Amino acid sequence: MVKGPVAHRKKEVHRGDWLFAQFIQAGAMLLIALLLALAWFLIKGGWPAIERYGARFLFSSNWNPVLEVFGAAPVIYGTLVSSAIAIMIAAPLSVSVALFLHAVAPPKIRAVFSFFVDMLAAIPSVVYGLWGIFVLAPWLRSDVEPWLSEHFGFLPFFQGPFYGVGMLAAGLILAIMIIPSIFAMCSEVFRSLPVTYKEAALALGATRWEMMQIAFLRAGKRGIIGGIILGLGRALGETMAVTMLIGNRDEISVSLFSPGQTMASVIANEYAEAGSSIHVAALIEVGLVLFCMTILVNALARIIIRSDDAI
Amino acid sequence: MSILHAKNIHAYFGTNHIVKGISLETEPHQVTAIIGPSGCGKSTFIRCLNRLHEETPGARAEGSVIIDGENIYGERVDPVSIRRKVGMVFQKPNPFPGMSIFDNVIIGLRLTGEKNKEVLASVAEESLKDAALWDEVKDKLKTPGTSLSGGQQQRLCIARALAVEPKILLMDEPTSALDPIATSKIEDLLSKLKKKVGIIIVTHNMQQAARISDTTAFALMGELIESGPTSSIFTAPRMQQTEKYITGRFG
Ligand SMILES: Nc1ncnc2c1ncn2[C@@H]1O[C@H](COP(=O)(O)OP(=O)(O)O)[C@@H](O)[C@H]1O
Ligand SMILES: [Mg+2]
Repeated sequence: MVKGPVAHRKKEVHRGDWLFAQFIQAGAMLLIALLLALAWFLIKGGWPAIERYGARFLFSSNWNPVLEVFGAAPVIYGTLVSSAIAIMIAAPLSVSVALFLHAVAPPKIRAVFSFFVDMLAAIPSVVYGLWGIFVLAPWLRSDVEPWLSEHFGFLPFFQGPFYGVGMLAAGLILAIMIIPSIFAMCSEVFRSLPVTYKEAALALGATRWEMMQIAFLRAGKRGIIGGIILGLGRALGETMAVTMLIGNRDEISVSLFSPGQTMASVIANEYAEAGSSIHVAALIEVGLVLFCMTILVNALARIIIRSDDAI
Repeated sequence: MSILHAKNIHAYFGTNHIVKGISLETEPHQVTAIIGPSGCGKSTFIRCLNRLHEETPGARAEGSVIIDGENIYGERVDPVSIRRKVGMVFQKPNPFPGMSIFDNVIIGLRLTGEKNKEVLASVAEESLKDAALWDEVKDKLKTPGTSLSGGQQQRLCIARALAVEPKILLMDEPTSALDPIATSKIEDLLSKLKKKVGIIIVTHNMQQAARISDTTAFALMGELIESGPTSSIFTAPRMQQTEKYITGRFG
């Protein structure tokens, strides 16, 4: 360390810089405090339910406000399954479109396409919900679900009556809604990869597809996975469109045609009419579980994105 | 017989005519240096020798390059197959991120479909030895290639290019991003490598060209001014522009 000049300069930090630093620090503290306050509220508000039901709350699948029996398994299941459907559809689609646009498409096409995908992200959730109810769900009921049942009916996921609204509809709408996030993240990753990797791959005799694998997918692996997990984080907590499309039934059903319920949708549906204080506490505890889950998922994504070049 | 014969190469970026009819012939077991001021089209020219130039949007090239008796600009020639015969080392070391040292070396061989573990391991060892890197990395082949120092990364890139046994190795200012010690390691390496593979090296460092090359070509504003044995280019250039450049009265 060079001591002299640095120490000297430190004294001369401008007053404006100092103020700005204080301001930033205060802002950061405030955000952390806000996060902690939120966690505290959820724990405090959910405490009666935590105390009364213990671990049963997470594993029991019976949710009955009238009998004051609260098991969150169906809504946890609904959240995980609808998000899984969304990721399975959105991830390959967004990654491959971003890959194509950055590795081979002309810059002009890339710009136009990116613009429209960004627009998708700007549409409010409730509009997706409306479209889902009036267009997507009827189409699922009349065409997609019968087709799936005919060709893949041997799988338990595609059995049972066709409702339209249900787990499949919620998963699909979530997929559409998280495509922009994953796409934006992948675009960012691909854009930041120097062209020299592409050239090195081509110079080694890679075909176009091999070049994409080496110089984009493999080189950007961490960012891509991180982006997918961020998309998952978004899907887990998405509320409005899912509430409108999932059918709102607090039961676990293997069939994706059946109505279900997610953590977010059960809160949105029942909070206004929650009669007993234990019902309210149970809903807040659901919120706490969702809060923890999304924080964990987002933290994981960020750790992966920032971690050292893993093999 | 020459191993590479470029005839009348023209290269364009859009409507910008950058390389204006350069011809160059290289002999086996020789290092050919291309020197010239920055921006004169050296990089553009050697990127025509493995058909990499045309990968830049809007770029195109004309002329013919005979490698191994085949014109790589022939009508039905697949650039992919050409690039397997021509290795390239870039200005900035660019080992692939997300790949171990080992994977970096054998990636080219993997692309040819080689799956035999023993073959891959022995080629990796041989290539790393050829690139004078084996002793430094043999105990950490599984660590990321990007974790090496700049000079080591560049030798890794040389090993990566050598692993597919190219006929000729193109190097575009391979030491310009390196410190003097790493640079001299690579210069020493080249004099050994040329026994195995023909080398064309672009450099704007004239001392480097004088030290390591057998033939030197001088380019200026997209044209080849003269080429010949390195000793005569540096001691008795035929053209006035060459003399001006090597005596430092130019660019
Ligand atoms: N991607 C590109 N697009 C447009 N012009 C380029 C590009 N790359 C290089 N050029 C132009 O081509 C000329 C020659 O560049 P280059 O071959 O890199 O020179 P050198 O390697 O001799 O320094 C320069 O004038 C440069 O501005
Ligand atoms: Mg150059």
